[in-house]
Amino acid sequence: MSNLFNIDIVNPEQSFLSKDNVFEVVIPAVEGEIGILKDHIPIISFLKPGIIRVFSESGEQSFYVEDGIVEFKDNTLSVLTSSIFDLKDADKNFVSESISSAEAELSKDNIDDQKRFLLNHKVEVLKSISIN
Amino acid sequence: MPSLDDLRKRITSVKSTQKITKAMKMVAAAKLRKAQENAEKGRPYSEKMNNVILNLSKSITDKENAPKLLVGTGEEKVHLCIVLTADRGLCGGFNTNIIKKAKIYFEKIISENKTLKIITVGSKGYDQLKRQYKSYIVENISFKESKNINYFDADKVGKIIIEKFEKNEFDVCAIFYNKFKNVITQIPQEQQIVPLNEDKDDKDDSGNDNDYEFEPDEDEILSNLLPKNISTQIFKAMLENSASEQGSRMTAMDNATRNAGELVDRLTIEYNRSRQAAITKELIEIISGAESL
Repeated sequence: MSNLFNIDIVNPEQSFLSKDNVFEVVIPAVEGEIGILKDHIPIISFLKPGIIRVFSESGEQSFYVEDGIVEFKDNTLSVLTSSIFDLKDADKNFVSESISSAEAELSKDNIDDQKRFLLNHKVEVLKSISIN
Repeated sequence: MPSLDDLRKRITSVKSTQKITKAMKMVAAAKLRKAQENAEKGRPYSEKMNNVILNLSKSITDKENAPKLLVGTGEEKVHLCIVLTADRGLCGGFNTNIIKKAKIYFEKIISENKTLKIITVGSKGYDQLKRQYKSYIVENISFKESKNINYFDADKVGKIIIEKFEKNEFDVCAIFYNKFKNVITQIPQEQQIVPLNEDKDDKDDSGNDNDYEFEPDEDEILSNLLPKNISTQIFKAMLENSASEQGSRMTAMDNATRNAGELVDRLTIEYNRSRQAAITKELIEIISGAESL
């Protein structure tokens, strides 16, 4: 029996990625990374800034996401996100801009701990992208 | 009776107007194709979003403590209406139809002695509403600068709504836009987004027995998801609107071109008649002049 399932990544403007030969996806859920294999229990969760890794028969792909919602059901993983890009065509300028805007946000006083955590995390992830 | 010269001038002017309307029709047709494509591309996102919310709201047992964006504030005193229109005119009844629909709603609210607040998106809506409802309009947003409909713009509107909601500035929020059915038919829509209406799709109760695992818990996901849903709904409305606008403009311009053609035909007949009349008159004058000699 095959151990493959489907993934649909959609953003508001279009369907970003749709594959049916995926055997593992690692998503940066808000409470930690989740690895999803076939026949995972139905789950709904949302994302923190991080990297989605998709392992399929045609190779591995990585995407940076800022936020979003994931739903897994009937062996279909749907990822709804408003900002996503492929790590392969990451734009250096865009990444550094995002880092600086996130850092500017961090230096403000009126943010709560949760937001501070998310922003810190975002900066970390973005920095790790810009090094590679 | 206009002179020959006047008629000739009118014919040329109508002809050049016809050229313009024809060009506008072509442009609208090209834009319509793109707008339709965009609307189709954006559909999966809003559909999936709806599904997730539906599944979530079904699993919420504790209705009392559910997020207010979903169940409402429990009151219905202040209504916020978002009227989405185009930034340009010359598109037939497109803007007027939305306004008409919205006005019926406004009158109902006012006659029930509830408070009305209006946000207009798109300058045409503001132009048409400011005369009668100026005091109710709290904000007027226009995206004239952005060439294409993008999610970023919709998100801005969404954030304004959320902000107002958190400040308890309204209880019920409805949006007005045109739903694109086909090129000649656009249906003005009224859609309530706060609190969320879970009217439809209650039929398939059999399919939702798969128990989801939530991480973190339902409430937290919902409170994260609902603001996004508002932006998504606005975005969907904007996409539908832009397709409708182009469709409406295309039909209107097609009609205008045809009317201009008819007008040119009529004027040409009139021109030829008076030309012939003038020739006949001259002939008679010459003949009677020769006779009298």
